[in-house]
Amino acid sequence: MKSIKLKQHTKVDFATYAGVIVAFIIVTLMRSNGLLGRSTIGLLVPICCYVTMAVSLNLTVGILGELSLGHAGFMGIGAFTGVIVSQAMLINGTESVPLRLFAAMFIGAIFAAVFGFLIGIPVLRLRGDYLAIVTLAFGEIIKELITCLLVGVDKKGLHIIFNYNGLKTVSDLHLAEGGQVIIKGAQGATGTNTIASFTAGVILILVALVIVLNLIHSRTGRAIMAIRDNRIAAESVGIPITKYKMIAFVTSAALAGAAGALYGLNYSNLVASKFDFNTSILCLVFVVLGGLGNMWGSIIAAVVLYVLPEELRALGDYRMLIYAVVLIIVMLTTNSSQFKSLAGSLSIRQSKKGVTER
Amino acid sequence: MSKIQREPTKLVPIPSVNRIPERDIDKSPILECQHLGIDFGGLSAVKEFNIAIGRTEIAGLIGPNGAGKTTVFNLLTKVYQPTRGTILLDGVDTHSMDTAAVNRAGIARTFQNIRLFNNLTVEDNVKLGLHNSIKYGMWQGIFRLPGYWKEEKIAHERAMELLSIFDMEPLAGHEAGSLPYGAQRRLEIVRALASNPSLLLLDEPAAGMNPSETAELMENIVKIRDTFGIAILLIEHDMNLVMGICEGIAVLNFGQIIAKGTPEEIQANPAVIEAYLGKRKEEAK
Ligand SMILES: Nc1ncnc2c1ncn2[C@@H]1O[C@H](COP(=O)(O)OP(=O)(O)O)[C@@H](O)[C@H]1O
Ligand SMILES: [Mg+2]
Repeated sequence: MKSIKLKQHTKVDFATYAGVIVAFIIVTLMRSNGLLGRSTIGLLVPICCYVTMAVSLNLTVGILGELSLGHAGFMGIGAFTGVIVSQAMLINGTESVPLRLFAAMFIGAIFAAVFGFLIGIPVLRLRGDYLAIVTLAFGEIIKELITCLLVGVDKKGLHIIFNYNGLKTVSDLHLAEGGQVIIKGAQGATGTNTIASFTAGVILILVALVIVLNLIHSRTGRAIMAIRDNRIAAESVGIPITKYKMIAFVTSAALAGAAGALYGLNYSNLVASKFDFNTSILCLVFVVLGGLGNMWGSIIAAVVLYVLPEELRALGDYRMLIYAVVLIIVMLTTNSSQFKSLAGSLSIRQSKKGVTER
Repeated sequence: MSKIQREPTKLVPIPSVNRIPERDIDKSPILECQHLGIDFGGLSAVKEFNIAIGRTEIAGLIGPNGAGKTTVFNLLTKVYQPTRGTILLDGVDTHSMDTAAVNRAGIARTFQNIRLFNNLTVEDNVKLGLHNSIKYGMWQGIFRLPGYWKEEKIAHERAMELLSIFDMEPLAGHEAGSLPYGAQRRLEIVRALASNPSLLLLDEPAAGMNPSETAELMENIVKIRDTFGIAILLIEHDMNLVMGICEGIAVLNFGQIIAKGTPEEIQANPAVIEAYLGKRKEEAK
């Protein structure tokens, strides 16, 4: 029995990994043969970031069953942390791109996780939709806080000013010769050495998938889903609710931080207002349309719904009409059980439906 | 533990009204409630609830709808915090424990309104009962370290063993929410048992079952008590079941115990007939 069941969800998981890798190979081949336009190539890294955002948000919304309206806030923390890490390493002589990318994403993830933890302490012990309200506020506050930051780096290290009253300027950072300003308040991060690459993005997606999918199919993930399905029953079998809510929420925040770091390193100029409520909602749309708890659904929804508006620019007035139609099609396919069984996935779910007793 | 070993006397004397079955008489009770009570607003839903349950006793809690039976379970499992009184589980005051801690201390339960993890498989539901006996952490799970494989294998085998009590192994891969009603009730019992309790609380386990299912359930409840050597406290309206398998019965009416005793004593008690049994007979006509 076990081997059959293991095969079932392992099959879906591996199909998801394989799908990402195949897509990577196809895109890389098309790119090297000049089949992709410049604007499309420019979308590759952001797509990877948003796919990771969708997968990580699905952990909170689909698996834990809590609504988060500030996921972009964690992305923003990761983005600016990542830019600072990467630029600081560069100024101090570390040129290796993979090393800087890794450090930026890793530390970006840790910073986002710390913020997730701090938010989680008061909120996750409460019942009800408090997380939605608090994350909503958090996303907006983080954006404003980053706008107040002046950060520079020189050989002596980081110089940080929290410019809350707007009276300080870059010269107050007192950077030594050869120093560089990384974040200029409302202007955001400027002069970033753009090292993000499609390859790094795909690796990020795969790492996020391995973490989330393996977590779901372990003791920890079971406990998280049990809380989602029935909190009182979960408590009644001795599961510490707050601990598992925290694990899910912090993991989700950390992955968003890593995605943000990659995103931040894709643009030489980046403003904090990019990580606003609209971005949070966009990620939520990917998750809901892709199917709650359905990771490959999140991936498809993120790719299609991110690329479409960009590619449809040429169509002018018909753009939003087609966008709306595709939105509905994505929702119907990723959420329909026929399509799921067709895709060879969740076939267990299908067979379960027809059960009668004994 | 051998039978000769006696627990040190650490409890207040057990009031004679609290029934302890013969074979447990030299041991301290697994559960003892003293003056337990809770108020909802102005209403005293449960008051002066005193009971002692032997270590391997099957005890019954009966009474008309709204008498406060489920509320007693919610008090014992700390879904509600008692307004008054003490709960001693194996001599330990559960005063400072929450629901999860009470379960780890030894009380598991089922619910009158079934509460399964509907989107998870039957096997996963049982494994969630086993949660605290599965010994590997988050990182071992994420990186699929040897601890993960080893512990998941043990958990799988244990889950199958527990499901076999009700011959439910063939359903292991099915979604819990898609099971028929009777199977859902049985799965709840298996899940509760998986958490390795010393006291199992069953809230109307036979509700919605037909007579043959109920008869089978009765056998299984006794089998569970005999195999696991645990105490069982059950709420039930099916008098054949209650009178057939319970060694001690408490009758609750308007939040208060109006009678305690053996099935024979309860059936002969005028106050019980007046408040509960008589009415049920009339309903049946
Ligand atoms: N959370 C609550 N708030 C207010 N009243 C409650 C609550 N829970 C139970 N009660 C009341 O307590 C009484 C006993 O209910 P219950 O324990 O469910 O009865 P039963 O014996 O049928 O299981 C009922 O009058 C019910 O309305
Ligand atoms: Mg009840």
